[in-house]
Amino acid sequence: MTTLLLAELSGNALSPATAKTLSAAKDLGGDVHILVVGSDVGSAAETAAKLAGVSKVLVADAPQLAKGLAEEVAALILSIAKNYSAIVAGATAYGKNVLPRVAAKLDVMQISDITKVVSPDTFERPIYAGNAIQTVQSSDATKVITVRTSAFPAASEGGSAAIETVAAPAPVGISTFEKAELSKSDRPELTSAKIIISGGRGMGNGENFTKYIAPIADRLGAAMGASRAAVDAGFVPNDWQVGQTGKVVAPDLYIAVGISGAIQHLAGMKDSKIIVAINKDGEAPIFQVADYGLVADLFQALPELDAELQKAGR
Amino acid sequence: MPPGRPALWGAAGLPDWTAGALQEPAFVRSAGNNNKGAPDILANDMKIVVPVKRVVDYNVKIRVKPDGSGIDLANVKMSMNPFDEIAIEEAVRLKEKSGAKEVVAVSIGSAKAQETLRTALAIGADRAILIEVPEGTNVEPLAVAKLLKALVETEKPDLVILGKQAIDDDSNQTGQMLASLLDWPQATFASKVVPEAGSLSVTREVDGGLETIKVNLPAVVTTDLRLNEPRYPSLPNIMKAKKKPLDVKKPEDFGVDIAPRLKVLKTSEPASRKAGVKVGSVAELVELLKSQAGIL
Repeated sequence: MTTLLLAELSGNALSPATAKTLSAAKDLGGDVHILVVGSDVGSAAETAAKLAGVSKVLVADAPQLAKGLAEEVAALILSIAKNYSAIVAGATAYGKNVLPRVAAKLDVMQISDITKVVSPDTFERPIYAGNAIQTVQSSDATKVITVRTSAFPAASEGGSAAIETVAAPAPVGISTFEKAELSKSDRPELTSAKIIISGGRGMGNGENFTKYIAPIADRLGAAMGASRAAVDAGFVPNDWQVGQTGKVVAPDLYIAVGISGAIQHLAGMKDSKIIVAINKDGEAPIFQVADYGLVADLFQALPELDAELQKAGR
Repeated sequence: MPPGRPALWGAAGLPDWTAGALQEPAFVRSAGNNNKGAPDILANDMKIVVPVKRVVDYNVKIRVKPDGSGIDLANVKMSMNPFDEIAIEEAVRLKEKSGAKEVVAVSIGSAKAQETLRTALAIGADRAILIEVPEGTNVEPLAVAKLLKALVETEKPDLVILGKQAIDDDSNQTGQMLASLLDWPQATFASKVVPEAGSLSVTREVDGGLETIKVNLPAVVTTDLRLNEPRYPSLPNIMKAKKKPLDVKKPEDFGVDIAPRLKVLKTSEPASRKAGVKVGSVAELVELLKSQAGIL
């Protein structure tokens, strides 16, 4: 029984999502092989080999694999799939794009976005935007699974797995990468940040994110997020969006500012350890999930918060 | 915003919903063909299939049955999956602005899914096909993909546009599986679709921002929320939709086994989170985060 884990890369480096997916893969029992796919990914493979509980790292390095095109990556996975009893990836934009292609060719019903491994064939997964949890049992010979990374802890380091090369199949060649417009930021990524501060429609405009939220994010080393309403209003880019239709996060501390707490936002952050809400409407639904609520005008509260955090030595 | 519209788009600063049809389409005309109203020859003769799913309306707060056997669907408002509405809108815009030939809406579901198909026809699809299963039948994404593959083989479209996921089972698989079974390329989570000669240039919503890929036709595209804002069908179009052809077929007609592969053992409420305390000041908040939560 061996599980193949499709590594997630961030540029050429291993993404923190991989270590979290690994925890789910280990819960399946059996050996875990990590597949690192791309071009010039030697250092990512070395990082993967150091994760505890990995018995082998496979590296596929070929030009057609460089940009993670689903057609090419799926063809690669299918070329080695027969060696594995389970194939897993993070339920990220990358994993969600690639894995169903693999599942369909294997004639397997993929189990998407699992939040718990109950047993090697039984899993929990959220449905209806997290408003219900389904426990499903798979009868397929190979389990194809995507993992909600925020539901699993990152596997620790301490391993020393062997690194092997795997040959890439001939290019499929029906799609080509044109360009990426990735947001550049020195702040941590939303899905791996320990602290997140998010703004909603109450922020009023994009400049207010820079003026009021950014200083606090800098002080706390936090990632900045937003509600769908703030994204729709054009305040901030879509990749800041936390929620069912955006990113699902579970940081140690989530500060929601000017966010009323629509169901789709709550679905994306309600597993955070501590939730703080600042909103001038004391009846806002966000207060029903917040550990600490402050009913206040955010334009006064945020500068105060910045000052208090500074006093507290942050 | 009109009542009944999914809260998904419920933001200030958006244009009135009904204005959606008047806006420029989310795809961009190819260079050298800015003549408004004239079809873009690049999408000329393109036939587009759009699968749509009937799901619990986005605004409904679902209820888990106390015995853990599933979601209570009795007397619950049902609507077209919002991502599929975007898919239909995009296909219709490709027809209106770029000269695509025909838009065929398809649904796999009970007889009631005919209502969903009529909505698709009112938005602008030309005809519809229902692959009918008994009420309450769970057709998993893999089986849906197999049925759609069989249908694609007879309909021979150049493009299939689907929602990226259905808001009931949240699987996010069907489009990718269909592309895989057909050996077609896929452009998932699309926020912009530009027809080119023999291909599509598609901008995708990915975790770090956006990426643009080119896929050869025929291809599968799945929609993300920012691709377009679906129009409200006008009354004349709703009336017209009632007369458009709607064929009813059965899974057996396509020789596809739809038996589920996953056994649902139970459906439960998510762990609920209790409301905490309201603090009186920012100073108190920071103090509690330090002393009580131990987080700062």
